[in-house]
Amino acid sequence: MAQTTETQRLLTTSKAISEAIAQEMERDPGVFVMGEDIGIYGGIFGATEGLLAEFGPDRIMDTPISETAFIGAAVGAALQGMRPIAELMFVDFFGVCMDQIYNHMAKIHYESGGNLDVPVVLTTAIGGGYSDGAQHSQTLHGLFAHLPGMKVVLPSTPYDAKGLMISAIRDDNPVLYMFHKGVMGLGWMTPNPRATGHVPPEPYAIPIGEADIKRPGSDVTIATVSLMVHRALDAAEALAADGIEAEVLDLRSLVPLDRAAIAESVRRTHRLLVVDEDYRSFGMSGEVMATAIEECFDYLDGPPARLAYPDVPIPYSRPMEQFCLPNADTIAAAARQLVTG
Amino acid sequence: MPTNDVLRDLHHQMVRARVFEETIQKAYMEGKTPAFDIAAGPVPGEMHLAAGQEPVAAGVCAHLRPTDAVTATHRPHHVALAHGMDMPRMAAEIFGKQTGLCHGKGGHMHLFDAETNFGCSGIIGEGIPTAVGAALAFKKQGGDRVAVSFFGDGAANQGSFHESLNLAALWDLPVVFVCEDNAWAISVAKDKSTAIANNSDRAVAYGIPGVLVSDNDVVGVYEAAGEAVDRARRGGGPSLIEVKTDRLLGHFEGDPQLYRTAEEMEALRERDAITRFEAQLAANGVMGGDDAQAVWAAARAEVDAAIDFAVSSPYPDPASALDHVFA
Repeated sequence: MAQTTETQRLLTTSKAISEAIAQEMERDPGVFVMGEDIGIYGGIFGATEGLLAEFGPDRIMDTPISETAFIGAAVGAALQGMRPIAELMFVDFFGVCMDQIYNHMAKIHYESGGNLDVPVVLTTAIGGGYSDGAQHSQTLHGLFAHLPGMKVVLPSTPYDAKGLMISAIRDDNPVLYMFHKGVMGLGWMTPNPRATGHVPPEPYAIPIGEADIKRPGSDVTIATVSLMVHRALDAAEALAADGIEAEVLDLRSLVPLDRAAIAESVRRTHRLLVVDEDYRSFGMSGEVMATAIEECFDYLDGPPARLAYPDVPIPYSRPMEQFCLPNADTIAAAARQLVTG
Repeated sequence: MPTNDVLRDLHHQMVRARVFEETIQKAYMEGKTPAFDIAAGPVPGEMHLAAGQEPVAAGVCAHLRPTDAVTATHRPHHVALAHGMDMPRMAAEIFGKQTGLCHGKGGHMHLFDAETNFGCSGIIGEGIPTAVGAALAFKKQGGDRVAVSFFGDGAANQGSFHESLNLAALWDLPVVFVCEDNAWAISVAKDKSTAIANNSDRAVAYGIPGVLVSDNDVVGVYEAAGEAVDRARRGGGPSLIEVKTDRLLGHFEGDPQLYRTAEEMEALRERDAITRFEAQLAANGVMGGDDAQAVWAAARAEVDAAIDFAVSSPYPDPASALDHVFA
């Protein structure tokens, strides 16, 4: 991870995102933001905090609760040379606007035979763990990654969040930028020390499609994204106390998926555990395991394993939801099982 | 009243669209008889033709520049041609050829053209938000470009229509919404799908002008659109125009049309807007003698050349299917 300043300037992930947007808005007059409560409120999860005061209502546009209209408008504006950022408040709300996302935003470049670009950044909050129930707690990154035509980015740290946001805005493709509520560093969520970190003040871009080893290790690869990176790092600390060195591979984007990094890590550790807060079946965990099997089967000491959200809607009650979510203990146990058999 | 030159141009645009679609209709049925096989022949897939709806496209697009954005529907040919889309490359796209506008990746429901700022959507009502976004971009960029969205009466019952009108009105955007009311949403008659008689009345709900053109009359469309486009260019905000038009053919080619009688269809053909307009032009002395025939002959020659180009063009390399997912 390239850090370009000596001083450690600490920011939350949400501040890192809003800083990235602000710096790109200063650089490029075509960038603007649309969404529900992204103006005076600053985004329900803080991703646009302070932007209204800095850029005014012409570029920081609160919208009606009308996702089809404003996400479709983002597509239309992008086709006319603008670089809109649209925020879908919770990813769970995709049901009211999915046609604009997957039939228009994601397909027009292809349908046009490559003649038209759709440089939209669609930001959205994902994830649960705080008893918000079945309609406000999903991650759904596997669903979007399944549909061709949009990049799918999932930052886990403030540093990555800024660099990936800058890349997303500069990208000529539609980018779905999914931030987990638990990585944002919000004062009203369960405190998470990993949600605050060093962020250089100057603009910098992290290429989309490059995984990052958040903790090197030799015994087992734990591949994951978003908040589960934090959980995996906690698990890796516990495992280290037992003499097991887990490598935590933060995929950072599902589209493109850094398959080479997965294979490279597995060739060294010979064991793979995939951790996913998204539903277990037909999703990221299966795809990452398949990648290892296709690309480095002979290096595996045994079958890859996964720890994912069970295939059930997300329950409200705390003990039930926490039972379903992977956590540091269950991750450590699964990794230990892989290593010690 | 438009000038005689404008009247002749409106006629010309309608005739081009009609001849183009009649030719596509014939090509479409090649290889599909005696047993209809939607995948067979030189033009596979669904085919939605707009015969009868030409006045809407011609009357509106006469006011547009190529830089103005247009979104259309699954039934887009008449609009695309009236907005100036290159006919040979459009035909080649419909035939799935490498030389097509979209190199064969779009097809007849997904014609995208940067040169005429044209796009369409095969999903009912979902081309409307894109036009709102184009208008938003135009407002931000300055200048006096406008966006126009064409959609059917079926689309006016979709949420996207209402969301889009609200947003455009709220933000005072330079967009014109054009409802082509052909009285049918596939097989369901409008009075079985829509709670009110005139979709133009729905403009009231969003505080924007709503105009009804009641007789599939190209001059009426031209005048209503002129006002709406001028209003948008001057910064006066959005408008809704509804045109009572006619769908002379089925929803798609191969549609048995069991939902309407032969008499009804014959009555539609008898009030064909192009025939009526020609009679009007002759009566007013705008066209005389062989003028109309000359327009049809010229359109025939233009269309034949376009279809020849399409037919003689190569198919894309099959593996090029894997290109252009990302920029």
